[in-house]
Amino acid sequence: MDNYPALIVIAPLLAALLAGLAVWIKERLSYPIALMGLAVSTFSAFKVLMQVIDSGTIQYKMAGWTPPMGIEYRIDLLNAMVLLLVSSIAFLNLLASYKSVEIETNDRAGSFYTIYLLFVTGLLGVTATGDLFNLYVLIEITSLTSYAMVALGDRDRGPLASLNYVFIGVIGASFYLLGVGYLYLKTGSLNMLDVANILSGIHGSSTVLVAFILMMIGIWIKMALFPMHVWLPNAYTYSPVAFARIVAPLMTKVMVYVMIRLLITVFGFDYVFETLNLADAVVWLATIAVLAGGVMALSQKNLKKMLTYIIVCEIGYMVGGAWLGNQLGMTGAILHILNDALMTFALFLAVGNMVYKLKTVDLIDLKGLFGKMPWTMAGFVLAAFSIIGVPPTCGFFSKWYLILGAFEAGAYHFAGALIISSLICAVLFFKVFEICFFEPMPEEHGHVDSHSHVIIEEAPVSMLIVSGFVSLSLIVVGLYSGTIVNTIILPFLK
Amino acid sequence: MTDLLPLIVAKYNYWLYVILMMIGLYAMIAKNNLIKKLVGMNIFQTAIILFYVSIGYKTDATIPIIQNAHGGQGAHSAAIHAADYINPLPHVLMLTAIVVSVATFGVAMALAVRIYQRYQTLEEDELRMRLADIGPEK
Repeated sequence: MDNYPALIVIAPLLAALLAGLAVWIKERLSYPIALMGLAVSTFSAFKVLMQVIDSGTIQYKMAGWTPPMGIEYRIDLLNAMVLLLVSSIAFLNLLASYKSVEIETNDRAGSFYTIYLLFVTGLLGVTATGDLFNLYVLIEITSLTSYAMVALGDRDRGPLASLNYVFIGVIGASFYLLGVGYLYLKTGSLNMLDVANILSGIHGSSTVLVAFILMMIGIWIKMALFPMHVWLPNAYTYSPVAFARIVAPLMTKVMVYVMIRLLITVFGFDYVFETLNLADAVVWLATIAVLAGGVMALSQKNLKKMLTYIIVCEIGYMVGGAWLGNQLGMTGAILHILNDALMTFALFLAVGNMVYKLKTVDLIDLKGLFGKMPWTMAGFVLAAFSIIGVPPTCGFFSKWYLILGAFEAGAYHFAGALIISSLICAVLFFKVFEICFFEPMPEEHGHVDSHSHVIIEEAPVSMLIVSGFVSLSLIVVGLYSGTIVNTIILPFLK
Repeated sequence: MTDLLPLIVAKYNYWLYVILMMIGLYAMIAKNNLIKKLVGMNIFQTAIILFYVSIGYKTDATIPIIQNAHGGQGAHSAAIHAADYINPLPHVLMLTAIVVSVATFGVAMALAVRIYQRYQTLEEDELRMRLADIGPEK
């Protein structure tokens, strides 16, 4: 079957429609529909990845219109990997979310699943498309759904956090759109490859320079690169847990993918690193982002918020790696998209389990958690080790490539920031471990019985299984990262 | 200064969009009222839409419908000159962008309603005070 690339995106879209309709018939139907849609999408993404590894880039012409007139989905090794990553994380998260969605969205589970599916559709579309304007529309679909989702969360702060996110998100998307306008003005085309071909002749043009800067700023705002990150911590902290678990690992990472796509495919390495003289400045910006994210994470008292600042820090890793301008750095950045998505997902799964039982995840509420929720904490520890970068978890390998790349490019400040931020993460997580492990459980109802053993109160089995599976996958991906680099990333960069 | 004036006059439409865009951006950043910020957001998006619309324009060109394409005098006989027709693509793109901006505006308005229901105010400084009253973040 040749239609797998379209199926990846269309399956969740159709499922969203059906799940929305199912609410009118029977609310409970929407969950299996959503699950089916994402299962089909994940399966197609897997098939496409295999196909791309075997026989190279797939060009899928929407409705048979040939590019540059028509919109094409162009799937090479990079997006095939990201597509599989997005669809499988969305699917796994849905498996884990059934109970927590019922609790958190009180009777509006059907709408939750509909918006969820639309969000995933947007992300998958952003990843698959080969058209610059199509990319804008899909980014806006993703953003619109996440505005709605954030507002569904915390009653007091959710809508306000969401509205601030709207303002900043619109500025980001509009800058991108304006950049596309400048490119269109100069090239008369919107297809990425076509634009790239035309651009290779007009590298000196100042219109192209303006387009490039506008698009980059737009994408940076969307990916929350420091200092354009202010919307992210509030928006992700106050959204429903089931949504925070998917938006935190995926949204920013897909935006990093878009940036790499623009750098490599549309503008090209020659333009970005030889014609322009921006790379040093951006690597410095990334260095500051890494350090600032780490320092701000240190000052947080809420576990969820602390993790959102770690995302800000990790974005710095990927942006810096991509802008180092050598193969090692780019390899590290791409590998880190995969690894960071998995690590953040594992962390937020563990946090989701905690929220399910404890309702709040302020650090002081976590006392004695190792006794109460041992399995959740095991997953949390693995994910934390991966963020810190302890071998053989996957976080170590991408960091290794990034540091090697930094040395090759002579960007010692970036390498230094990477190492310092690893230390900061170590401090952060050991602070959490200390509270969870050594501090005694809060006494309940004045019960003073020091010999009472701790009762294990774990989250539902479905959540635990997914959490365990993802945490173990961190080690598996770590062990196979050589294979991933050799079969996917290096052939792509050649 | 003498060089700048002809530059502005020649491309006055673009300068207008820049001004509009800055008005929108200013309102989004500096205004205290959330609805004013929303209006600023809309002005900002509209400026970009106008920019796109005007890049499709050509002097002395007509709407992009081929004359007598369906039979009639001279169908397919005369060569079609692209310069005679304005470029429809940016306009079509903007139809989509308008839909996106309307949807964004709708979502933002709905959020503003939710905030008003919860706090009985849309002024940002008052909201900040109310939030401080609720106590530390959960």
